[in-house]
Amino acid sequence: MIRAYGPALALIALAALVPFAVSANTVLNFVVFALIIALAAQGWNLLGGLAGQFSFGHAAFFGTGAYAAAILQTRYGVNAWAAFACGIALAGAVGWIIGFLSFRSGLRGSYFALVTLAFAEVFRILANASSVTGGAAGTLVKLDVRPENFQFASRGAFVWIAVALVGFVLLMTIAISRSRFGAWLTAVRENEDAARALGVDTLSVKLKAITLSAAITGAAGALYVQYYLYLDAGIAYGAWISVEALIAPIVGGIGTAFGPVLGAVALHVFGEVAKAVAGGIPGIDLVLYGLLLVATIAFAPDGLMGLLKRLARRKAQETR
Amino acid sequence: MLTVNAATKRFGGLVAVDAASLEVAPGSITGLIGPNGAGKTTLFTLIAGFETPSSGTILFDGADVTALPAHRRAERGIARTFQIVQPFAGLSVVENIAVGAYLRHPRRVDAQAKARAVADLVGLGGMLDQPAAALTVAGRKRLELARALATEPKLLLLDEVLAGLNPSEIRDMLPVIRQIRGRGVTILMVEHVMQAVMSLCEHIHVLAQGKIIAEGKPAEIAAHPAVIEAYLGQGAAKRLQAAPTGGAHA
Repeated sequence: MIRAYGPALALIALAALVPFAVSANTVLNFVVFALIIALAAQGWNLLGGLAGQFSFGHAAFFGTGAYAAAILQTRYGVNAWAAFACGIALAGAVGWIIGFLSFRSGLRGSYFALVTLAFAEVFRILANASSVTGGAAGTLVKLDVRPENFQFASRGAFVWIAVALVGFVLLMTIAISRSRFGAWLTAVRENEDAARALGVDTLSVKLKAITLSAAITGAAGALYVQYYLYLDAGIAYGAWISVEALIAPIVGGIGTAFGPVLGAVALHVFGEVAKAVAGGIPGIDLVLYGLLLVATIAFAPDGLMGLLKRLARRKAQETR
Repeated sequence: MLTVNAATKRFGGLVAVDAASLEVAPGSITGLIGPNGAGKTTLFTLIAGFETPSSGTILFDGADVTALPAHRRAERGIARTFQIVQPFAGLSVVENIAVGAYLRHPRRVDAQAKARAVADLVGLGGMLDQPAAALTVAGRKRLELARALATEPKLLLLDEVLAGLNPSEIRDMLPVIRQIRGRGVTILMVEHVMQAVMSLCEHIHVLAQGKIIAEGKPAEIAAHPAVIEAYLGQGAAKRLQAAPTGGAHA
């Protein structure tokens, strides 16, 4: 138990100390943003990493979570916390529907990836045209800084909320990996036919995975809108978040519990440093992301987690 | 235990299995043999639920399972191995077997304990933590068998578990199969290694061009004219009878 959950609990405790150690707004801003990406990436990792169903369209879930949270507050006067919960639930529902449509018809691999991409793009175009979402002008959540509105004067509070969400999903991912459901996810990833022969209901396993995955990424979207209080179709359903959600786990270590978190933080530290060094070249961080992704796939296919494991093993051999 | 009633499977214009009927008695080792392309593996996929028959029914334990998907049949107690082994390559040996064990043991500790016990039974006890991808062909065949066994089946469908093994590996495998039957598991096996089929099976069905052309005890099958013709070509039975020195190698 301690061996399985200890490192995760230690990391969560450490992250929770950040607001005490740092007060600079730029740093806290950075931490919250990186954690939002980490959360979205954790969602992607559950479906893409554990169950092996690569999605190119997790924006569909991020955006649904974000828009649901925003619109329920602004148009229907729903309490922000309740809207947040609704956002998660709706994103999960969208995940189930997309999963049902594509998995039932047996879509796998690149076909599934393309269908998810198509869904995200359709949502983006619809959100950009619809009046409910505010169209191209976007949606503003009214600034009213009160805890019951899910708005806080200090950025530290947002850090804690983000740490709590990411930490919860981290522990949940570890628990899943050690459970029957986790074994079934891996079995589906490795070989669906063999899994069916062993009594695994592959359709139901994949549907559970995509629903949970979508709900987690939806939570990231809802948190995003609560923090920035502004949303438009490009942010909510744009390809950027689909890409962020899949690059972070691949760089960090696909299918591992820590991978998405590690990857998201590492990528964004890297991006910030690149921006600082390269100065005014717009989009330089994205160029570097691409290079980093290529380097990861070429030299460290198991991501940073794989590298760390290899280093630890080498060290153990040296001390022996 | 298992009754296949006039099962037919068509793929477009090709009739892979043509009104095949067979019966597997509880506690037996039953063989299904036939020349290449006879439809043996297709018949297996119908029994295991990976394909549904175009017509005909499949009864298991007295219940009609024709419409049940593969995973539900596994729950009922039908397990299969694959002719082309399908290990979960990224997982260790014990994790591979545990996927099967989880069917009846939802808790991790129970599933792992079951997986270890099954690994010992098939002779993989020493390689629990090896990655499945690192196993030899013989090791993978054993893993295939172990995973299926871990689901605690009543009926085990073995699709050429001996193919690709060398003679000494086959010799090691035979007692494992007998031991599985000794534990009360009924076995239906597709096999090309005739020596093994003849020594293991009590009853044999012969499939050729999708049809069951003969059935009976191993000795009867070996001497059956239709079987000899299916393997060696039309008129072979007669020619063998005419030539007094031939005939014992079928």
